[in-house]
Amino acid sequence: MNLNNATITELHKLLTDKAISATELTQHFLSRIAENDSEINSFITITPEVAIEEAKAADLVLAKGQHTMLTGIPMAHKDIFCIEDIRTTAGSKMLANFIAPYTSTCIEKLRHAGTVTLGKTNMDEFAMGSSNESSYFGPVHNPWDKTKVPGGSSGGSAASLAACLCVASTGTDTGGSIRQPASMCGLTGLKPTYGRISRWGMIAFASSLDQAGCFTRTAEDAAILLEHMAGHDSKDSTSLNLAVPEFTAALSEPLAGLKVGICSDYFKEGLEPEVENLVMDGIKELAKMGAEVVEIELPHTKFSLSAYYVIAPAECSANLSRYDGVRYGYRCKDPENLEDLYKRSRSEGFGSEVKKRIMVGAFALSAGYYDAYYRKAQQLRRLIKNDFVSAFEQVDVIVGPTAPGTAFPLGAKTNDPVSMYLQDIYTIAASLAGVPAISIPVGLSKGMPVGLQLIGNYLEEAKLLRVAHQFQQQTNWHQQQPQSNLL
Amino acid sequence: MNIPTGWQIDIGLEIHAQLNTKSKIFSGASTLFGSEPNSQASAVDLALPGVLPVVNEAVYAKAVRFGLGVSADISRVSAFDRKNYFYPDLPKGYQITQMDLPIVSGGHIDILLEDSTEKRIRITRAHLEEDAGKSLHEAFDRYTGIDLNRAGTPLLEIVSEPDIKSAFEAVAYARKIHQLVTYLNICDGDMSQGSLRFDANVSVRREDSDTLGVRTETKNLNSFRFLERAIYYETVRQIDRLEAGRSVAQETRLYDHNKDETRPMRSKETATDYRYFPEPDLLPVIITDETIAKIKAEMPELPTQRQQRFIEDFNLAATDAALLANDRNLADYFEATIKNSQDPILSANWIKVELLGHLNRDAVSITDSPVSAIQLGDLVALIQAGTISGKIAKDVFAALWTGETSSAATYIEQHDLHQLSDPSALEPLIFDILKANPKQLEQLRSGKDKLMGFFVGQVMKQTQGKANPQEVNNIIKRLLQETV
Repeated sequence: MNLNNATITELHKLLTDKAISATELTQHFLSRIAENDSEINSFITITPEVAIEEAKAADLVLAKGQHTMLTGIPMAHKDIFCIEDIRTTAGSKMLANFIAPYTSTCIEKLRHAGTVTLGKTNMDEFAMGSSNESSYFGPVHNPWDKTKVPGGSSGGSAASLAACLCVASTGTDTGGSIRQPASMCGLTGLKPTYGRISRWGMIAFASSLDQAGCFTRTAEDAAILLEHMAGHDSKDSTSLNLAVPEFTAALSEPLAGLKVGICSDYFKEGLEPEVENLVMDGIKELAKMGAEVVEIELPHTKFSLSAYYVIAPAECSANLSRYDGVRYGYRCKDPENLEDLYKRSRSEGFGSEVKKRIMVGAFALSAGYYDAYYRKAQQLRRLIKNDFVSAFEQVDVIVGPTAPGTAFPLGAKTNDPVSMYLQDIYTIAASLAGVPAISIPVGLSKGMPVGLQLIGNYLEEAKLLRVAHQFQQQTNWHQQQPQSNLL
Repeated sequence: MNIPTGWQIDIGLEIHAQLNTKSKIFSGASTLFGSEPNSQASAVDLALPGVLPVVNEAVYAKAVRFGLGVSADISRVSAFDRKNYFYPDLPKGYQITQMDLPIVSGGHIDILLEDSTEKRIRITRAHLEEDAGKSLHEAFDRYTGIDLNRAGTPLLEIVSEPDIKSAFEAVAYARKIHQLVTYLNICDGDMSQGSLRFDANVSVRREDSDTLGVRTETKNLNSFRFLERAIYYETVRQIDRLEAGRSVAQETRLYDHNKDETRPMRSKETATDYRYFPEPDLLPVIITDETIAKIKAEMPELPTQRQQRFIEDFNLAATDAALLANDRNLADYFEATIKNSQDPILSANWIKVELLGHLNRDAVSITDSPVSAIQLGDLVALIQAGTISGKIAKDVFAALWTGETSSAATYIEQHDLHQLSDPSALEPLIFDILKANPKQLEQLRSGKDKLMGFFVGQVMKQTQGKANPQEVNNIIKRLLQETV
């Protein structure tokens, strides 16, 4: 069996059958990273010693038969999650020297379940970007076409999995940062309900939107991961105090009777025709499987992007104030006085996209503009939420494209911020509402992957995963591989 | 220098009371004062990447207590906001506070004016927030040291309406708040540790003007005296400027107690736009009616109620009752004393004169008194029973104070200090003294009553203070009559 693109489920069987050890599996992926990542640049930090140590521990657990589904599964983690004693940079020069003194709850849980940490993946600086080009550690190359971007901000996590450098990876999604790169790299990318996974130890971009999630090869793998990542955390007041459902339990239920909503706003100008065709084919496939397709309206969803680009920068402008050169992180050389220390540490430590958003956010919050921008954006957010609440009274899931197009060439949009921001036009509404959403592969357009987005009601990840899983039983788009993997 | 006439002064106070919780408002770190710098700064207090605040729910009950203590409205829903500004002792670059929806709003407290009338000061609001750390500018050449032990200490900021019309009223109000928060056991009230700090908003206007003048805010006053001086200085400064035809700038000022003057803060430190917005890391604070009812039921007796009870139940003079009830710890001490002494008035006297005298002399607080309420109660009981004289009792008290003994009764036994009240023992002694002082005896007989004191004094001297003065008096009078 080819280990490269095996799923968690498949590898779990190999591990428990003793066909392979966790150490061998880990070494396999470490070798692949060493051989292939120079062309992809998906890792900022590789942690072979930690990985081997964890793999050996996993082998002991497997030998005792005390394993979970994740014991010995090598994973890559977005470099936004703090892991004790490992450098955690958030893709920024500001934190290029920051060794985290504690571990985020989400990663702690995955490690507790027996996963192996291969390293920390590249990302847009502080998760701000849709192409992974704002990283201080250089752009990530899409394994499907290395002249193209992998999407962002979790571009490294997506590319590492697409290039078969890990078995699954973590990401964070603030406005589409898991779903859009999953779409562009031909992966399953899940953003759960806001609050489903603890944010403790996850470096904040926009607190009311940030949500951890994962990249996997299948919806089934995503269900397995989510069962271990989710759960209430007393260290995060916004984490949901609810029992974690068995997401894997309902996967096999057929789709008969399921109501799938489509919204015309998701098929308007700006959507590449070939992407639209593939998405429509995907919807037909769902109908063939027994789902009923219903037209729905999300009247305020067209305001999503505008509301998002006020709220997210506003929150980030405060969240990033702690990077001041005083206690840790980058500090400018020879500051003359306090103001100079602040100005130069922040000017030199942050990249241009981050600075742009801090300024936009500070402006939106400033006296005299708050009502016109921040308050109005929050009002829109409420209306967008209400749209979803009404829609889910009619349908079980909402389906549409994840991104307007396929991966674009590196550098193509770096000077066109609006076009870059439009990458998230279909993903942002779910982020603002806090509902779960998933992107799954739905075909190839000119050889590049296209994603289908499924949006679910609050806490209904199980239903989303079931629809995605059933779709993946009938299609093989999720099994497609970049040519480079096959060489 | 007096305040010129023809002017009205309007003062509003913002009082920061540190709530006496064991751990900080948003982290589990200790709030203990005086530890090694930065030894009580957790990852949250240091604002490391990825940390999140979690509210220490003990602060809610304390804020509610305060609200009930000043007859205010308790918000069933309140919320935290971020106040953005850069300063090295503010690690996150924003302070978590309550802007739009404070936990307490409305309310009032009555102060006593110089003419003994009462005046009501309205309280606008009281909200929860976190304290900043400390910047240490002195000890490090060209550098500033940052101690984040205090960062995240819970504060209740109590904001008054500009109802205060003089420095005297401001101090009376501040003292009343101090008394209340210590009574409610929500703040230890230790000014030397910064547990209560004042910002004074001061403006002046012509007496016939209906609109408030331009105000200045003098920040971080940490004693009643500095509060008084700073307001006085600001008042005179503002009036002087206006009378000279100049204007008052709206600005933040600092009081320099060495020079007894206020100065503008460097403009850099006076951020003008705090860009408040709702704190997305915290959920709204919900206080239910049941919670409020429960806290209400557990409210301690307030100072005015206690003072009244001291007068009614113990027959104390109003001034003594006020003195004792003023400080919760002193009032507790008094009540513990009378449990043993069974004599409230005598106990009150002993606390007022001897105990407070010693506490003041040695600058010791009532909670650290070397003489416990039980010890003093026992001592007062011995005086009351006539076992020792008041004079001897002072010596016994001194011995308790220095720690020479831990029990009045034992000390009296060991040093044979029992009061001499037996006439058969005292009479020969007094007879001898009368005989030995014929001149004074003659004067006493001729009606010079003050000579009585002389003879009692002599007897006390002879008996090393052990004689019962009342009994000595009686015997002298009887002997005078008998020998007539």
